[in-house]
Amino acid sequence: MRRLSFAEAIRECLFQEMERDPSVIVYGIGVPDFKGIFGTTVGLGEKFGPQRCFDTPLSEDIMTGFALGAALKGLRPVHIHIRTDFLLLAMNQLVNMISCHNYMTGGHTPVPIVIRAIIGRGWGQGAQHSKSLFNYFTHIPGLKVVAPATPRDGKGLLAAAIRDNNPVVFLEHRWLHWIEDDVPEESYETPIGVAQTLREGSDLTIVATSWMVIEAVHAAKILAGVGINVEVIDPRTLAPMDMAPIIASVKKTGRLLIADYDWLNSGLSAEIAADVGVACFGRLKQPIERVGFAPTPCPTVRTLENHFYPNAETIVRMAEKMLQRAPMDLSGVDFFSHERRFRGPL
Amino acid sequence: MANTHNERLKRLIYQTLLIRRIEERVIELYPSDKIQSPVHLSIGQEPVAVGLCEPMTARDVLFTTYRGHAYYVAKGGKLPELMAELYGRKGGVSGGKAGSMHLAAPEVGMMGSSAVVASTIPHAVGAALAAKVRGDKQAIITIFGDGAIEEGVYHESLNFASLHKLPVLFVCENNALAVHTPLRERQAFDIVTHAKAYNINTTVIEDGNDLIKIADTSAKLLESLRSGGGPEWLMIKTYRYKEHVGPGDDFDSGYRSRAEMEKWLATDPLYRWADLVKEMEADVKSEIDRAVAFAEASPAPGLADLLTDVE
Ligand SMILES: Cc1ncc(C[n+]2csc(CCOP(=O)(O)OP(=O)(O)O)c2C)c(N)n1
Ligand SMILES: [Mg+2]
Repeated sequence: MRRLSFAEAIRECLFQEMERDPSVIVYGIGVPDFKGIFGTTVGLGEKFGPQRCFDTPLSEDIMTGFALGAALKGLRPVHIHIRTDFLLLAMNQLVNMISCHNYMTGGHTPVPIVIRAIIGRGWGQGAQHSKSLFNYFTHIPGLKVVAPATPRDGKGLLAAAIRDNNPVVFLEHRWLHWIEDDVPEESYETPIGVAQTLREGSDLTIVATSWMVIEAVHAAKILAGVGINVEVIDPRTLAPMDMAPIIASVKKTGRLLIADYDWLNSGLSAEIAADVGVACFGRLKQPIERVGFAPTPCPTVRTLENHFYPNAETIVRMAEKMLQRAPMDLSGVDFFSHERRFRGPL
Repeated sequence: MANTHNERLKRLIYQTLLIRRIEERVIELYPSDKIQSPVHLSIGQEPVAVGLCEPMTARDVLFTTYRGHAYYVAKGGKLPELMAELYGRKGGVSGGKAGSMHLAAPEVGMMGSSAVVASTIPHAVGAALAAKVRGDKQAIITIFGDGAIEEGVYHESLNFASLHKLPVLFVCENNALAVHTPLRERQAFDIVTHAKAYNINTTVIEDGNDLIKIADTSAKLLESLRSGGGPEWLMIKTYRYKEHVGPGDDFDSGYRSRAEMEKWLATDPLYRWADLVKEMEADVKSEIDRAVAFAEASPAPGLADLLTDVE
């Protein structure tokens, strides 16, 4: 099988979906330009023409409501935002209109819309260009929320999102774009709402979201070196969350660590903890623990970012604490290879 | 008379040169990764900031955008603190929490800058109401690009400011580009006619390199605000020489041509007054060297700093 980067996998999916279904349109600020949203939309405008792939004015509010109108008249809009922070300008349309439209009409009018947005850390992006906002979307009934962490899932989940008759918010961490993986060439769907166990283990269950999946796998390898066997679960879909494998895993390990790529307060991690607390009451050997962003706005400078964002080291330390192990010497381990790789200005 | 004119022009040129050379230093430093955050350079657009800010006092307050280095300097922000902020050091204006995109120096009336386009426009409207309520004879200025005009909040801000006759100057820094998309591909209306429809006086400056004209216009409009006049609206046409974000050139990327820039170079004050510039280079350089040295010597913030400034 070929290896593709996450960005190439997303781009291939958009080409295949637009080819397969003439009702798919793809738009957003900067979508047809030469940089093409981290390379994920490059060439779409040339291939499918300006009616099906277009740039927009700086008008997130209208372009979101516009998606609802277009969907009601038979199109399948894919609206792309280069930062998830810009979606905050679209929340009225997303939350008051799109999420509940089908419900309000008694199920007569499905709205197949995909909102793709880039989340997370880049190059000193600061407080306004770095959010995840998972819980903003997962909180709302009627929205599906997907956050793939591998190229293969990226391609398959985007296809599933585009073919889904409900609004789907598709969140991708910008550093994922360079991660490579075997990706099937033909078009395929990865089902929405199905988690994946990336690593089996008996000592501790880690549920990780988006970029934290990469960090959790790294941490699991380090922990394996000292005989700690960690099970890593990537929910892939954040809403609806596939709780069954998580609950089964915690029943086996008796310990749960949630590594969320977001703030903890009132976050998705609290929701997972609550569900597991109910389902695994009496089976937990240890209180559930969580790691996530520091409880501050995101600072710009890297030295502070390194404290703000959790990483594999944060996970290793928390796992050691949960298993009453003495902290191991991590001085030889590189935890910041991705931080160094991503260079400005974007 | 000729002499005072000369002195004034010299001051304006000096400021323009200072900003240009600071940003060129940023370009020079960028490959070293000492500045680890996006930079939106104003190279080519500095005369707009310098002219506008000339008649402002520290009491006049200004809200601007992520393309804010020029405004920070022109409004009187300190250079060493700017450089240390770009370096992400404790000695920076915001201790590294802001970086390039969120510069603020409230002690000189530079209230803040945002990376979410158009989002500081309503802040100026609110500040203008505060000035009116408190009876402060001050002007409030908001700077935004031509792209910001496409956001709903811009329209809502013009309406409210006009309805309540608030002392705010709306300034559109029109470089006819939003990232890589030219204005004509984004807007179906005439910006000036549209602003007039809100019953706001409009002024247009076609040559954003005309320092004196910009400064004189700014002085007149600010005086009107300070003496109780309602909102004013000013559009200044200008041109960005560098890529939208980052230190590079981007004339090969297909969305614009070098010829476009060359038209603007013809009136660029730093070329037009090359003799004056030559005399000033040494002073400008040593001012920047001092700022860079301050940044280099300033310590990096740590974990304790992360948790301050938020409850
Ligand atoms: C609400 C919002 N949408 C999109 C963006 C992405 N973006 C950053 S700058 C920019 C262009 C802004 O153009 P303009 O207002 O003309 O300012 P200029 O960069 O030309 O100075 C865009 C689209 C953003 N920062 N905020
Ligand atoms: Mg512009």
